[in-house]
Amino acid sequence: MIAVDHLPVLQVVGPLIAAPICSLLRARNLAWFFTLLVSIGAFLCSIYLLNTVLETGPISYAIGGWAAPLGIEYRVDASNGFVLLIISGISSVVLPFAKRSFELEVPENQHSLLYTAYILCLTGLLGITATADAFNVFVFLEVSSLSTYVLVAAGAKQDRRALTAAYNYLILGTIGATFFVIGVGLLYMATGTLNMADLAARVGPIGGSRTLDVGFAFIVIGLALKLALFPLHNWLPNAYTYAPSAVTAFLAATATKAAVYLLLRFCFTIFGSGSGFLAPMVGLVCMPLALAGMFAGSLAAIYQYNLKRMLAYSSVAQIGYMVLGISFLSITGLMATTLHLFNHALMKGALFMALGCVFFRVRSVNINDLSGIARQMPWTMAAFVISGLSLIGVPLTVGFISKWYLISAALEQEAWVLIALILASSLLAVIYIWRVIEVAYLKDPIPGRTVTEAPLSMLLPTWALVIANIYFGVDASLTTRVARMAAEGLVGVAQ
Amino acid sequence: MLELFLDKYNYWIVVVLMMIGLYIVIARGNLVKKIVGLNVFQTSVFMFYISLGKAEGGTAPILTGKPELFSNPLPHVLILTAIVVGIATTALGLALVVRIRESYDTIEEDELEGMDNAVVTTERARLGTGDAA
Repeated sequence: MIAVDHLPVLQVVGPLIAAPICSLLRARNLAWFFTLLVSIGAFLCSIYLLNTVLETGPISYAIGGWAAPLGIEYRVDASNGFVLLIISGISSVVLPFAKRSFELEVPENQHSLLYTAYILCLTGLLGITATADAFNVFVFLEVSSLSTYVLVAAGAKQDRRALTAAYNYLILGTIGATFFVIGVGLLYMATGTLNMADLAARVGPIGGSRTLDVGFAFIVIGLALKLALFPLHNWLPNAYTYAPSAVTAFLAATATKAAVYLLLRFCFTIFGSGSGFLAPMVGLVCMPLALAGMFAGSLAAIYQYNLKRMLAYSSVAQIGYMVLGISFLSITGLMATTLHLFNHALMKGALFMALGCVFFRVRSVNINDLSGIARQMPWTMAAFVISGLSLIGVPLTVGFISKWYLISAALEQEAWVLIALILASSLLAVIYIWRVIEVAYLKDPIPGRTVTEAPLSMLLPTWALVIANIYFGVDASLTTRVARMAAEGLVGVAQ
Repeated sequence: MLELFLDKYNYWIVVVLMMIGLYIVIARGNLVKKIVGLNVFQTSVFMFYISLGKAEGGTAPILTGKPELFSNPLPHVLILTAIVVGIATTALGLALVVRIRESYDTIEEDELEGMDNAVVTTERARLGTGDAA
């Protein structure tokens, strides 16, 4: 079938074309249904693509028939196929949840435009992941970022601080993207190409060039801003706290993941072969910052009274784990990062959706307003607890798999201190999750307040992610297989 | 020493503009001025790309049949895209500033922070969470 050959690009172009159509649909139910269809379409595409990659190896697609170094190439291999699956999958699970949530949290006349921004954000994230052209990455990075600012600002009906959060995110996000584009410019200056495979081939022979090193540094810092690596995470807590619940669930599970994927791509596919700059950059800069982020994020999370903000700080810590995996510069380390991309998307998606359910009924996510809530909303809080355990890394949940590989990577290098630090920061996660459990389960409900369980349309998507948390925690053979292929593909071991 | 400046004057202009832009973003409290600073910062990158593609004495890259020295058009095309992205960012940023002014009645960063912090303080007082840092 001819259409199948075009799937790598259709996956991105489909949503891109759908976005303006969605803005024309004024009826909000229609706009929602249309968005859901687009998202599920992208999800089916990514399943097919990943399946093909696993069977027959990487797929390359030349846009407009112009072959790779000159034209723009889209390339799907195990690592980005996996990220495509995460992004479109989470989007498809969040959307059924988003309908009721948006109806409460966003003014009615903004709905179809909000769904348009949602589709654009999805397009951008999928584009970042699928493309093999360094400048094309920048364009999609900005498509996703600009729509993200809009999505965050849509929380203004609940709390006007969403506006200032979106503004600050816009300033920092633009600086990050501009740093990235400076880096790409320097790369182009030194090599004369923008295609990733071609860049990789040319970076190697050049070896240690000042232009390349500076370009690499600009790219890493720009991406560190985008993925909220400590201490460049300042935009994240406010943006996640004040955005509408469904937007937070979607962004927390996908946006930073696409940026981590880019970091992997640039560090290993492009700079892995060449300049001796990778090891010091990653070892001396990224590893200490990752460790600092793991502790600063978790410690800050313990002291938050707004639970969305608590989980946002916890995301800063979790990003620390992902970058730590990268900084081991080993196959196991990369597997840990790739697995944690997937696993963290599952647990943070579920946690933020559970909080979205709580907000839907209680109209607050402040910890004191949740007193005894588990008696009134048992299913929601059970979902929160299970995904919270997964966040901590309890066996039989996906969190355990991530931590297992992270610690194996540290064991390989006999970095005992790192193992101790990973375990210690997991204990901090116990503290902030326990605070919620204590208030929700052990305290008496607030007298006179009648709260019922969240509607099924919100509860079912939440539980879908919770069950995925357990399923992939019990049987991790599929995810580890993909992660191993992805890691080997990134460092260039024969696939 | 002087040659270092003169031979690569385009890069020096880029660096100076970039620093001016970043400085405005960081140092100014007025939200509109911050956006202007961001624009200066982005413009420096545009100039970087454009001067990158220019060949001394080169012509426009038009096929004439005989080999000629020509400027590289690719960075120029790339930067057209980046300019469009920059405009979109500016427009969205200014739209946010308008919304902020509508709901806060100010666009000075320190006043905005003061108002937000006051909200946090009252929230904490209501919740009685003294342990919140």
